[in-house]
Amino acid sequence: MKKIINDPNQVVQDMIKGLVAAYPNSVKQLPGTTVITGFDVPVDNKVGLVSGGGSGHEPAHAGFVGKGLLDAAVAGEVFTSPTPDQVFEAIKAVDSGSGVFLIIKNYTGDVLNFEMAAELAEAEGIQVEKVVVNDDVAVEDSSFTTGRRGIAGTVFVHKIAGAMAEKGGSLNEVKAVAEKVVNNVRSMGMAISPCTVPAAGNPSFELADDEMEVGMGIHGEPGIERTKITSADEIATELTGKILEDIEINRNDEVAVMVNGLGSTPEMELFILNGKVHDILTEKGINVYKTFVGEYMTSLEMAGCSVTLLKLDEELKELLNAESNGPAFHS
Amino acid sequence: MDIFQVGHALEWMAKTNEKVQDNKEYLTSLDQAIGDGDHGINMARGFEEVMKKINGVAYQHVADVMKDVAMTLMSKVGGAAGPLYGTAFLKLSMTFKGSEVDNASFSKGIEDALNGVKQRGKADVGEKTLVDVWTAVANAFRENKGFGGEVILQAAKSAMEDSKDIKATKGRAAYLGDRSIGHLDPGSVSSFYLFESLAEVINEGA
Repeated sequence: MKKIINDPNQVVQDMIKGLVAAYPNSVKQLPGTTVITGFDVPVDNKVGLVSGGGSGHEPAHAGFVGKGLLDAAVAGEVFTSPTPDQVFEAIKAVDSGSGVFLIIKNYTGDVLNFEMAAELAEAEGIQVEKVVVNDDVAVEDSSFTTGRRGIAGTVFVHKIAGAMAEKGGSLNEVKAVAEKVVNNVRSMGMAISPCTVPAAGNPSFELADDEMEVGMGIHGEPGIERTKITSADEIATELTGKILEDIEINRNDEVAVMVNGLGSTPEMELFILNGKVHDILTEKGINVYKTFVGEYMTSLEMAGCSVTLLKLDEELKELLNAESNGPAFHS
Repeated sequence: MDIFQVGHALEWMAKTNEKVQDNKEYLTSLDQAIGDGDHGINMARGFEEVMKKINGVAYQHVADVMKDVAMTLMSKVGGAAGPLYGTAFLKLSMTFKGSEVDNASFSKGIEDALNGVKQRGKADVGEKTLVDVWTAVANAFRENKGFGGEVILQAAKSAMEDSKDIKATKGRAAYLGDRSIGHLDPGSVSSFYLFESLAEVINEGA
């Protein structure tokens, strides 16, 4: 393992220290916790938004704390959900009396820990609602299983629910629009090289020099198929195709596109992918309203990408355009 | 063994901690195969904290030990394992509270813990999760009159080994579908260490 770290068991604390030092005027750390909040929380008369999850997905989630976005992000150990006590601290810190909304990626651990935190908060009289994001079309969706994973599409939930809360939406309005995003957002990823969890010390899987894994999760969970690596155009076609098989997006519909790097994929390659994604959508008569290319939801130093499409309506467009300002997201 | 005492509870945790630390890499490698590769790391961190918490405390009752174990696992493990093991020990604590822990009471404790875990994780037996091992142990307790170390050990062991052939429908491994078959479930293996340790305490204390 070759990493720029001090102690593998201290990476989260060390990262938070540096993050807060980088953005001293916009975020702060709740003392004694791994919670990052906006500088001015709780904001009067505003629903508080809390997300979080395992670390190693930077800039998710602390990079999305800010005006028109999240009020707090809870950082767990690398690839491990934060614990209920930490999430509870975040909820208490952002509650202005208007209630708190939790944005949870659909993993058993995240759901369990955030739900327990919500129960603790409700026991103290704080109103809590939640949405569970499950945008990854690589995984079979079934009510009998854990269901689909939450990946990069989560960032659109942060942005749009954040904008709704910022403009004074009630807890129920924030929940409704977050659910609308979840129902209209789909993602699919792939990887060409693995990542190493610092405390584990060795890569979570191996890929030969000429192989790629399609449907790879953001924690190194195996994907749906391993094949010889193909061209960027073919990768874009496969990922976009799987998404369009899963959600009905018709001619003249409008979408937001996110081409997300998983940690060590250069922007050059992400732009190459994005070019083809646009071609495919244009051919189908689907209008691209807004595009996001870059690193939003990474997987340590994994090389690879994910493509996300969000089908838009007037409400979602307005909220997507609303002003926002966090370390990793401005609009 | 007739009564499970504070000393037994502390010994149970010490043995579990040893096994979890010794098998940290193994648990993580099982989890890398079908999960997200953090189970060994998280369990090792959790039980290390448990030992720090309970060492040197003059406990009056087994229930108090279980409660401290529960709260420590819940706040230090993370992932799915934290809330699930935390819930299990919290249920043990609640069931044991206020009376001596004989076999009947331990048996009820395991049953309550199992139900708590099922409810928290929305999982049932046969889904390739730690529920499988806890169910086997709960059955063993119910059928066995008195503490039977060997019976508990065998029940836990065969349920853990059986997890290999099951297709996961809950937990992180469920994303793999059929590809989860042929791999041991990491949570079943860590639960096996817990019950192997319990069996050793019972055998030594008999």
